[in-house]
Amino acid sequence: MSTMTKRRYSYVFLLPAAIIYFVFFLLPTVLSFFFSMTRWTLTDWDFIGFDNYITFFSETALSIGFRNTLIFAVVTCGLKVLLGLLLGTLLTSSIIFKSYLRSVIFFPTLLSTIAVGITFSTMMHPSQGLINISLAALGLNGPDWLGNVKIALLSVALVDVWKGVGIATVIFIAGITAIPQEYYEALKIDGGNAYDGFRHITIPLSRPAMNTVIILAFIGGLRTFDLIWAMTKGGPGFTTDLIASIIYKQYQAGFYGLATAGNVILFIGVSLLAFPLYRFLTRSEVDQ
Amino acid sequence: MSTGLKRFVTGFFAVLLTTVVFWVPFYFVIINSFKNQAEAAEMTMALPTTFEIFNNYKEVLTTADNMLIRAFYNSTLLTVLSIIILIFVSAMAGFVMQRREGGRASSTINFLVLAGLMIPPAIVPTIWVLDSIGLFKTLAGITLIEVALHFPFSAILYKAFMSTLPREIDESAFIDGCGGVRLFFSIIFPLLKPVTSTIIILQAINIFNDFVNPLYFFPGANNATVQLTLYNFMSRFTTSWNLLFADIVLISIPPLILFIFFNKKIVAGMTAGAVKG
Repeated sequence: MSTMTKRRYSYVFLLPAAIIYFVFFLLPTVLSFFFSMTRWTLTDWDFIGFDNYITFFSETALSIGFRNTLIFAVVTCGLKVLLGLLLGTLLTSSIIFKSYLRSVIFFPTLLSTIAVGITFSTMMHPSQGLINISLAALGLNGPDWLGNVKIALLSVALVDVWKGVGIATVIFIAGITAIPQEYYEALKIDGGNAYDGFRHITIPLSRPAMNTVIILAFIGGLRTFDLIWAMTKGGPGFTTDLIASIIYKQYQAGFYGLATAGNVILFIGVSLLAFPLYRFLTRSEVDQ
Repeated sequence: MSTGLKRFVTGFFAVLLTTVVFWVPFYFVIINSFKNQAEAAEMTMALPTTFEIFNNYKEVLTTADNMLIRAFYNSTLLTVLSIIILIFVSAMAGFVMQRREGGRASSTINFLVLAGLMIPPAIVPTIWVLDSIGLFKTLAGITLIEVALHFPFSAILYKAFMSTLPREIDESAFIDGCGGVRLFFSIIFPLLKPVTSTIIILQAINIFNDFVNPLYFFPGANNATVQLTLYNFMSRFTTSWNLLFADIVLISIPPLILFIFFNKKIVAGMTAGAVKG
């Protein structure tokens, strides 16, 4: 690159952002590797090696977070992809009330997660909640959505999908709209029906959109904290504790080193799962 | 079935389904925020016998020494300050990142910025850093945190938009004797206006709705933001659902207003950012 370019597009422009980003994001991230190996009071630390990590993996109350986080990420991501694809297809077809439907589905993504969490925990109350009262009116016996250890995590996952499916839908709409109409016309001439179009044109050609949704939803799922905290606080017991909520609990209890170890584990988990996923998905995109 | 009828029937069922799934919760919250305490405790969809709208909203705003009003003030201030700094630093960053794409440092810079989209921030070390420079529990501290964490997404949007501005603009400015700084501020930045407004709207909603970062980095009774206040009211109002719901309605109004006016921009920004990220 010429010296002219260097002078005109000086990296000085990058400096304010770089300083803020370095001090408040990159530096703490690097420091977390060191502090995760200490017993830490914020003013003083003892180096204790991998003890925090051993604690994290050996105590059930902490290690349950791995399983829960993975389940939560897979379930929410899967449902968002599936529903987003179906809704995206529906909302790019020629039905009436299209723009109204788009707005209604999208709007919850802009609401406060805490507000959504509180609202749904009220509606999921086992005896008084709106959901079970409605089910009872239909003669069905609704479960204790947030109190039953077997389904509490899935209930929260459903609320997360309710709130987040709008983003998946608009990304799919953008992807599907970009597919040339000629393909569908050619299919029609060859005698294919709407299902064939969905199966052999929409699904393969909306792959870039699908990859984006998978990566966003999966990483979002792994990092989830506020919805869990507003709805169950990790309970009943530790059955809905995610890594991020465990980090908060350890932080509150003053175990800063342990909380930081949780952070590093989440960091490594996201990198190990998300980066390869990203590369795998973008590679198969090129292959097709 | 004729296509016209089919279109109508599918659309009709879709509207019916979204009404149940989306409007029922909205209606439930709004109608219960109008009831008195006893009726709201029943948590039904029924209309209130007496509308306590004014009393409820007044009480939720003034409770705990006008806590919610202070929270609105704090959240608004935090959002406005963060957005101003964020726009300024990420527009400049996106400008240089795009114009020097392919240079020696550019792949490292791109990697570090992309990493910020995925990696969760390290909580306690961040508190330690804030504390060491005297910014823990301060508005300045939380503002800079919000800027740092919302920078990657904004910079990537700016960078993508920069690639649609031809380099010929720069060249002719340079020929006319314009330097890099003047080029950016008097020519490029005004041209970035469409993406700037997208980022302002999108990130304002994100920062206003942020719960996690204020929870960790901005604790303290005087520092309450609207999301923290709502969270605290959850335990304060365990028996007064009408007030809790009134709070939910109040803090949902700002995003609702932005959504009504800028629906298209928000959707465009989210899909553009998502596809790039």
